[in-house]
Amino acid sequence: MIAGLGLLVGVVLGLVLQPAVPVWLEPYLPIAVVAALDAVFGALRAFLDGIFDDKVFVVSFISNVLIAALIVYLGDKLGVGGQLSTGVIVVLGIRIFSNVAAIRRHIFHA
Amino acid sequence: MPEQRPSSWTSILSRPSRGQLVAGVLLAALGFAAVVQVNANSKDDKYVGARQGELISLINNLSLASQRAETEIAQLQQTRNSLRNDTQARRTALERAREQATDLGILAGTLPAVGPGVRITVKDPTAGVGTNQLLNGLEELRDAGAEAIEVNDTVRVVARTAISNSPDGGVSVDGRQLNPPYVIDAIGDPHTLATALDIRGGFDSLVKDAGGTVAVEQSQDVEIASVREPPTPDYAKPASGG
Repeated sequence: MIAGLGLLVGVVLGLVLQPAVPVWLEPYLPIAVVAALDAVFGALRAFLDGIFDDKVFVVSFISNVLIAALIVYLGDKLGVGGQLSTGVIVVLGIRIFSNVAAIRRHIFHA
Repeated sequence: MPEQRPSSWTSILSRPSRGQLVAGVLLAALGFAAVVQVNANSKDDKYVGARQGELISLINNLSLASQRAETEIAQLQQTRNSLRNDTQARRTALERAREQATDLGILAGTLPAVGPGVRITVKDPTAGVGTNQLLNGLEELRDAGAEAIEVNDTVRVVARTAISNSPDGGVSVDGRQLNPPYVIDAIGDPHTLATALDIRGGFDSLVKDAGGTVAVEQSQDVEIASVREPPTPDYAKPASGG
């Protein structure tokens, strides 16, 4: 509940403040958002499985974001930033799908 | 909601732990970042923060597009120029054809004409001047390069003109009765025409022998107003390949 409230507060804040994305952050922000989404869905699945742990969620969230950004940064330095971003998005997308499938099984029993 | 786990829901609601607060803060950060990213993405400045490779490929695409556009412009300009040349050539041809039609019209007697020439007055008090003398005079004028000839301001003399002695006196030119004095207007070089008539044994002497008189008046402004309908040839056709 507090988590959902926090999400709502963040969305409202973003809509109200409308901040400009700093240039140095632009390539990393979308990847970071997707990585965070992956962590959130993983946490939701763990919660439904009854094995949710705050510490694990926080660590996985932050490490997901950091690693995704790091991979993209490394790709930019190596000159394959675009391809590596696509790769990261694909992997995270697959994980999100599998997590959502598990959540769906829990909720709809199907 | 999964009802088999009511304990976890109630625990979240009743006793928010520090970990849950941290999770809330993280989710707030996620929502904030997602909204910001969506906003930034929907803005038009998609080139800000783009990678070097992307920018280069964009520039390449643009330069290719502009190259194509330039090629197209060159082709269109070429087409326009050729069309313009066509129009010019057509106009020139039309002008030339019109000029030619005018020239031929004057020579064939279908158009009125003005220009330098001579006005010849033949007086015939004894009625001795007839077809022979007039015909001779017309031939002399033609030989001297007369471009348009008219008799008595009424009959245009052309290639098909016929002259005969009229039974009532005078002459008949192309079926028209003409009586003396005969006035012949001819357009051409006035001096040449006058000289041609004055040749010994020529028109002048013939008329004098027949008892008439000839007065030649050179003028820079001879006007020939009479025209005739162009005859349509019944038998002759244009030879192909001419």
